[in-house]
Amino acid sequence: MSGLEDLYREVILDHYKNPRNKGELSPPAHRCEGFNPLCGDEVVVYLHVVDDKVEDIKIGGQGCSISQSSASMMTAAVKGKTVEETAAFIKQFKSMMAVHGDSLEADETLQAPQDMKLGDLEALKGVVKFPVRIKCATLSWNTLDQALTELANS
Amino acid sequence: MTLDIAAIRKDFPILHQEQNGKRLVFLDSAASSQRPNQVIDAISDVYRNEYANVHRGVYQLAVRATNLYENARNKTADFIGAASSNEIIFTKNATESINLVARSWGQQNLQEGDVVVLSLLEHHANIVPWQMLQEERGIELRWIGLTESGQLDLSNLDDLLTGAKLLAITAMSNVLGTLTPISELAAAAHKHGALILVDGCQSVPHLPTNVVDVDIDFLVFSPHKMLGPSGLGVLWAREQLLDEMSPFLGGGGMILNVTQESYSAAKGPAKFEAGTPPIAQAAGLTAAIDYLNTHGLDTIRQHEIELTTYALETLPAVVGDDLKIPGPTDASQRGGVLSLELGEVHAHDISQMLDEHAVCVRPGHHCAKPLMRHYGVAATARASLYLYNDHDDVDALAAALLAAKKFFAF
Repeated sequence: MSGLEDLYREVILDHYKNPRNKGELSPPAHRCEGFNPLCGDEVVVYLHVVDDKVEDIKIGGQGCSISQSSASMMTAAVKGKTVEETAAFIKQFKSMMAVHGDSLEADETLQAPQDMKLGDLEALKGVVKFPVRIKCATLSWNTLDQALTELANS
Repeated sequence: MTLDIAAIRKDFPILHQEQNGKRLVFLDSAASSQRPNQVIDAISDVYRNEYANVHRGVYQLAVRATNLYENARNKTADFIGAASSNEIIFTKNATESINLVARSWGQQNLQEGDVVVLSLLEHHANIVPWQMLQEERGIELRWIGLTESGQLDLSNLDDLLTGAKLLAITAMSNVLGTLTPISELAAAAHKHGALILVDGCQSVPHLPTNVVDVDIDFLVFSPHKMLGPSGLGVLWAREQLLDEMSPFLGGGGMILNVTQESYSAAKGPAKFEAGTPPIAQAAGLTAAIDYLNTHGLDTIRQHEIELTTYALETLPAVVGDDLKIPGPTDASQRGGVLSLELGEVHAHDISQMLDEHAVCVRPGHHCAKPLMRHYGVAATARASLYLYNDHDDVDALAAALLAAKKFFAF
């Protein structure tokens, strides 16, 4: 299983089998749906922001181990962060997931604060070697990104 | 007659490769099949020796190319039992074939409130063109549902067809493998004054087809799913319907005359074939049909029934009861399309693990989201069988599925 161990790291399988913050939040929490048209996966991000802070976040929907573990790690990482920190974190994660050469510019301009470490999320780096799975890893992040945009515009 | 699979496999060079030190096991023919040397050679021979644009030049090379192209039309007409080669239209794919009918026939014959009946088994290609007409001109879409076993629920067929103008339906599901009773459906549609369009993308490559025997009005199918090239689709329709239909795309080749004021359309298939057609691809289709005829669709069908039966027995026996394969359990009522559900393990993860074992299957919704939603699943891993697959391929699939189950066990 030479190539696959890069993809399916222990921590990824742990988050897949024991997902954090799975479930729903009632209004006034914001609800945002994301779709992966390639595979049909659907993710729902429930985001409760109070005083510019991610007070609570939950994930609904279904997906593969990569999309589910990425969503789980994402919720653990952004809970308690400010909206600004969350937005920076999303950018940092997405630049890690970008295929080389695709977003060098983004790398330069969208750095998260130095004290923000990707931590467990580093395990998802291996996904980049499997380009068809990158969309699985970024689905929940794009949906959270959209939720933040919708909240900012509301 | 039985197929000599070892001899057939020798004709398919792409199958003789290794991945991760393992023999490549190709089980994704429902998406697109592989091609034998006979087809590859026919296509390259056109470009090496026979190529020119068709229907135009008077030089001998152009005449030969035109003959090759028109010969493919004759061959295709014979293959599906059509009354005349004038009834065969070459398009760029089966999706375009359905869109051609929706645009040309649909815009002439469907007004606000008119009814088109579909089924829950349909591929998006036989849903979205009709939804576009629903949006544009307010036609009504009705849906034939499914029974527990994944067959069409025909209990309310008469109600659904009452007042309908068209029944647009697949002959074989690309997710469940379900075969639909096309003769019966055609008779029911005609009884209600409706026409019937059949999506034969999954059926035409795998079982004998005769459009006159089943008495249908339109048939679409994909050469690339039947050992032929991509970039070519087929539409068959009864000649009278084609004569009455307006053109689809406008341009060169589809006209009788053009003035500054207006145009008049060509007669026959040319009316629907604007622009330079897929010439070498048509020659490839001829070779693909020859190859299928050499082995015989009846024999191929028998092989696939036997192999599907073996898969339906072997896979759950090796992998365990948590492996579910929805659809008819009797292989004589289905094609060799197996949608695999393995407990909580997601189709993407199954397919990734299968790839590690050099087993090629297709994860996803298979462009049939209404059907997937009906079953409450987002994605399945689909293995599909063809004439070059054998018991060893099914055994390799079983072993790889068992490995996936162990790896992702909760």
